Amino acid sequence: MNVIELVNLEKVYHEDMPDIAVHAVNKLNLAISHGEAVGIVGPSGCGKSTLMQLIGCLDRPTRGSYLLEDQDVARFGDNELAKVRNKRIGFVFQTFNLLARYTALENVMLPLKYSNDPDPRAKALTALERVGLSNRAHHLPTELSGGQKQRVAIARALVNTPAILLADEPTGALDSRTGSEILDLLLELNSHGSTLIIVTHDLGVARRMKRVVKLRDGRVEADGSPEAVLGAVDTH
Amino acid sequence: MSILETIRTALRALMSNKMRSVLTMLGVVIGVSAVVAMLALGEGTKADIETNIRSLGADVLTVRNGPAQRGAVRAQSVDSLKLEDAEALTAVDNVTAVAPASNGSAQIKRLAGNIGAQVIGVTPAYFQVQKLNLEQGSAITDAQVRGRLHTCVLGANVYNTLFPLGDAIGDHVKIKGLSFQVVGVLESKGSGFSSADDNVLVPITTHMSTLFGRQFVSSITVQVASEDLIDTAKTDVEAFLRMRHRLKPGDDSDFNISSTKDVLEAVGQITGVMTAFLAALAAISLVVGGIGIMNIMLVSVSERTREIGLRKAVGARPEVVLLQFLVEAVTLCLVGCGVGLAAGLACVGIMRAFPESAVGKASAPFWAMALAVSVSALVGLVFGLFPAIKAARLNPIDALRHE
Ligand SMILES: Nc1ncnc2c1ncn2[C@@H]1O[C@H](COP(=O)(O)OP(=O)(O)O)[C@@H](O)[C@H]1O
Ligand SMILES: [Mg+2]
Repeated sequence: MNVIELVNLEKVYHEDMPDIAVHAVNKLNLAISHGEAVGIVGPSGCGKSTLMQLIGCLDRPTRGSYLLEDQDVARFGDNELAKVRNKRIGFVFQTFNLLARYTALENVMLPLKYSNDPDPRAKALTALERVGLSNRAHHLPTELSGGQKQRVAIARALVNTPAILLADEPTGALDSRTGSEILDLLLELNSHGSTLIIVTHDLGVARRMKRVVKLRDGRVEADGSPEAVLGAVDTH
Repeated sequence: MSILETIRTALRALMSNKMRSVLTMLGVVIGVSAVVAMLALGEGTKADIETNIRSLGADVLTVRNGPAQRGAVRAQSVDSLKLEDAEALTAVDNVTAVAPASNGSAQIKRLAGNIGAQVIGVTPAYFQVQKLNLEQGSAITDAQVRGRLHTCVLGANVYNTLFPLGDAIGDHVKIKGLSFQVVGVLESKGSGFSSADDNVLVPITTHMSTLFGRQFVSSITVQVASEDLIDTAKTDVEAFLRMRHRLKPGDDSDFNISSTKDVLEAVGQITGVMTAFLAALAAISLVVGGIGIMNIMLVSVSERTREIGLRKAVGARPEVVLLQFLVEAVTLCLVGCGVGLAAGLACVGIMRAFPESAVGKASAPFWAMALAVSVSALVGLVFGLFPAIKAARLNPIDALRHE
């Protein structure tokens, strides 16, 4: 069964002003099924982030349909979308986006607070444990390293056990060793059943996915196994 | 997110920027304390004036010569009230005492002593109606009035000036060159509204004939059985006097009647306007405080745009974001209001420390405090709403992209 099905999806920025309008996502079709690990690659400005924001329900498509677990979320109202973002999507940002005045634990508890969870603390602690940070629960973001911050962000993304985990350049702000640890963590979560979609410009990261989608000018240019899309491994 | 959780989130945001929160509140603090202090001052002054007027007696009517004043003051005043009118008035329903008075002024002399005084011709009823008590001796009696005797009762100031060594009863003073025997001395009323201390009271008959040669009395004070009957009695007295003066229906009365109640109402209107004016001035500062809050909330929303974006990205519904910012604004207002109330009451306390002065009677009425609290909650809601709506409407991704 498909978790995500995008049909003729379009996102046009500034559509009302023809001279500066940008067709960031252009009649894109894509289907992703349960448990997949998909890497999205492509040159800068090809629409990767825009696509992720549409999939993450952070923005609405201009046209086209988006079926998330067979529901047409493109037609959802603000409150329903908030619920989808809260329950069914975990989003990991390149720049972490942690609340500076909240501890790691409180940051992870945030989605649970918005879903009126009866036991946010215990669940958040479990999530922190899964990302290996139970000993940093009461630290503020400023007291954490980049890798640790991203782990907190991942814990926040998975705390409501969402259907899909989305990560837009999750290793982009990290050194390569920390980056690969974060990737290990995401892949491990994927191996336990979460559907994972990662945007990356790092081909090394992309090669570790089971499937790679290459975009160009807002459309799918190539879609398949890493070898098929990216070619044989470059050995230097 | 539960309401409680939302309030906690809002308080946390305020606490993390204490200095700014305090400064923002200052506007409301000043506004509320000004409203409370000004209304307290207004109410106090009003109460003070009312007690003064009430001390003249809320149960009396005063009848004076001349047409009732409607609008502009009429130039020509006709004298019409006779001593017989006063005597006859005792027959009117609910009238318990009638005190005619004839006013004049003269120099009062004794030996080398000399003082200018109001000389008032009175009957015994005058002492009752004006609530005058005697320090020494006795009041003017009916016998003295009937016999047109040359007797007098001295006000405290007059007595002190003419009899520095005391012992006046039985002694004599000269009024307009005529010798009058002192039969009594009034208790001092102290400084106040039209003090009786400077008066000399003589039998009204003597006053009108021998001293001043008058046909008409100056005023007739009518005491009524109870305060509630004032209006009925006023109508009855008017009808009675019109009949005695043989006025036809449609003729203007040749006298006018005023009650303490009328004066109270007129004064109440004036002090009411004064209080409203003071309160309006204070309310303006409250509004200015509210604008300060709106300003800070707008800054706060734009500063925290990314935070709002993140909260929305993890599932905050627009209403929850709206509520959070609204709670912040209303909290600023209400806490400011609490501090302002305390400060306002402290001001009132300071004013009351001077019981002799005009501000000494200031007291903050409960409704003024309730008004201040509800107005500042309203100010918080109104001025917090715009920034809160702005925050709630933000598109999550636009908010997250905000630099
Ligand atoms: N908020 C925006 N307003 C206008 N144009 C945008 C906005 N966001 C992205 N774009 C444009 O859309 C295109 C795709 O951008 P993006 O999805 O960020 O690309 P990528 O993440 O692949 O680098 C780019 O040409 C970019 O300039
Ligand atoms: Mg991008």
